[in-house]
Amino acid sequence: MYRSIAIVIGIIIALLVAVNVFHSDEPANLKLEMLKQEYAFKPVPSVDHHKLAILQAQFKTPQEVTETCLTCHTETHKEIMSSSHWNWDRLSYVKGKGVYTSGKKNVMNNFCLGSNSNEKACAKCHIGYGMGSDEFDFANARNVDCMVCHDNSEEYLKGASMAGYPDRSVNLHNVAQSVGMPTKTNCGSCHFFSGGGNNVKHGDLEVAQLSCDREVDVHMASNGLNMECVACHTAQNHQIKGKLYSVSTNNIDRSNCADCHTSTPHFSDVLNRHGSKIACQTCHIPEYAKVNSTKMSWKWSEAGKLKDGFPYEEEDSLGNHNYMSIKGAFVWERNVKPDYVWFNGTAEQYRLGDSITEVPVQMNTLHGSYNDKNSKIIPVKIHTGDQIYDTEYNRLIQPLLYGDEKGDGAYWNDFNWDKAIKKGMEITGEPFSGNYDFIETEMYWPLNHMVSPKDKSLSCVDCHTRNNGRLEKLTGFYLPGRDTNSTLDLIGKWLLIITVLGVAGHALIRVGQDFINNRYKKQVIDYSKKELKDRLDS
Amino acid sequence: MSKVYIYKGFERFWHWAQALLIMFLAITGFEVHGTFEIFGFEKAVEFHRTASWLLIGLIIISIFWHFTTGEWRQYIPTTKKLKEQIMYYLVGIFKGEHHPTAKTQLRKLNPLQRIVYLAFKLVLIPMTLISGILYMLYKTFDENNMVVVEDYPLESIAFWHTLGAILLIVFLIIHVYMTTTGETPTSNINAMITGYEDLDDEEESDEQHKEVNEKTNNIKK
Repeated sequence: MYRSIAIVIGIIIALLVAVNVFHSDEPANLKLEMLKQEYAFKPVPSVDHHKLAILQAQFKTPQEVTETCLTCHTETHKEIMSSSHWNWDRLSYVKGKGVYTSGKKNVMNNFCLGSNSNEKACAKCHIGYGMGSDEFDFANARNVDCMVCHDNSEEYLKGASMAGYPDRSVNLHNVAQSVGMPTKTNCGSCHFFSGGGNNVKHGDLEVAQLSCDREVDVHMASNGLNMECVACHTAQNHQIKGKLYSVSTNNIDRSNCADCHTSTPHFSDVLNRHGSKIACQTCHIPEYAKVNSTKMSWKWSEAGKLKDGFPYEEEDSLGNHNYMSIKGAFVWERNVKPDYVWFNGTAEQYRLGDSITEVPVQMNTLHGSYNDKNSKIIPVKIHTGDQIYDTEYNRLIQPLLYGDEKGDGAYWNDFNWDKAIKKGMEITGEPFSGNYDFIETEMYWPLNHMVSPKDKSLSCVDCHTRNNGRLEKLTGFYLPGRDTNSTLDLIGKWLLIITVLGVAGHALIRVGQDFINNRYKKQVIDYSKKELKDRLDS
Repeated sequence: MSKVYIYKGFERFWHWAQALLIMFLAITGFEVHGTFEIFGFEKAVEFHRTASWLLIGLIIISIFWHFTTGEWRQYIPTTKKLKEQIMYYLVGIFKGEHHPTAKTQLRKLNPLQRIVYLAFKLVLIPMTLISGILYMLYKTFDENNMVVVEDYPLESIAFWHTLGAILLIVFLIIHVYMTTTGETPTSNINAMITGYEDLDDEEESDEQHKEVNEKTNNIKK
């Protein structure tokens, strides 16, 4: 008896030892330490532009600055002028639709709708001077705006509705001498404020990232590596790596986590294997809009309400506009959990003139599915809303929104849709039937920034859970822990119940029969047997 | 009655180690399945994988043992007295009858056990094991083009693995209960712990003796 107890204890100890041997604490991640070392050193420029004689001049126009830049950087304008930052379009290929050019020039969105006819205002974020209409000369190198990206003095500022010209307060002399590698401030001056305000569009790119802690963004954190945008979005000949699929279509020149972190960044094989179907961002960006709110919905159908004949604005408790007469009603959210979709790196956008094929209208479609080998699950912000469309021609409408003064037909001055549509469609050269209404829209914004610290990333049960998991809506494949074969589970359950009942029934009958037949007396005999046995053994 | 050394050291170790591993795998496995929560999903997966490798190792060693010792012969199925054995469990046991077949060192298993254990070894364990290995290797690094079973639907892998697990638990419950049907309720379980069991030599008919002798002679030859 003692021997058997010892054996059982031995087996249990062996099992515990085995579990401990196979389970050990994580050692330091050397890959990550090396990256941290590499990016901790900030490059020192080899030229101080303050000391260049040619830049001591007093510049009257920003074009003069560009001309001066080109005296040394003689071919750089060619690089700029072949970039999408300049052209606002690029070649796209969409399976079934062929090759075409697309970009900010012709795609539409469900924020301020589109740049067409509104260039003068939209050009605040164009890297050129004088794009006041669709007649801008994209071949004139003098109009390249070097300073918006390369000013390191933080003084440069593009004027509001000034067709891309700098604000009148800017000291061009000072800015021209302070040029260097782009910083977060440069990129952020457009990319943080797209859609007309901080964090309106992206949700994961906003002004707070200029000075945030690691909880908000491990890469850009002031108390972390404080990385610049261009650390990841590297560029050769001004062709910047990385793209966002609100305007991009092709799976090329992308900036990926794996570029630095490799495709096997974890110690755990199980986690590394997840990378074949799940993008890094899915687990490592558990929330977006962590500091300031982002716009989740924009209803143009509500626009145009006036108080005493004047437009007005309303704010929510956090100080975000939830109503503007010129734009409509908004919903803002903070600390938002992303939605999740399959994505293979290609997308298409609704371009001006396209027919509406589904409701809600998909402003952009991220291609991908579980069965597509190149697809991974990515986190997205889905921006919903409604906007104006032609009920007869079944197309979205590009109205004239921005105008210089009252009476020029622009919606933001006159609050008259009929006039604004007529004007807008006239300028863009698109047909308009005369009948319009509002239609629901959706736009998908892949999330790539605001990476959380390791301990804040998603854990297994965030997805591998029966109910309310992050991937609850993403069906069509078997996810362990979430999915079950309900028939098998039901059969299994009843099989176990029947087994237990059968065994218990059998035992009960046996005991009952023993009792009736007084067979339990046998146990008395057993005792004597034991004695007998002992005697035999010895 | 005589005390017979019926279960050898390795046999007992293998039996109990396999029993513990299967029970542990059932607990962690059904946690991964989402049936209940004990260790937490992440730990459950980790433990399940570790235990599964231990079980695979144990099974490989036990296969080796079965063949080198000739113990595999214990599982050769027979229909002889199978009906009697089934009738005993359904009817005879309640009347206080004796087992229709005698247990000997060379014939540890009754005809019903032979068939059930053989099915356990040849169908149930391989089904659960293979589906489990496919489950484990379902995805490997696509970067290295080392995709093992990427196109095999996980849903059906999971189906066979879960089915195997359910049947294993059914087996476990019945198996544990059946151990109480020995001479005394604990005599079988004691035998599996100590290795020794009191076997009724009185009941061994001459015919059976002959058979045993023949077999021993055959083995000797």
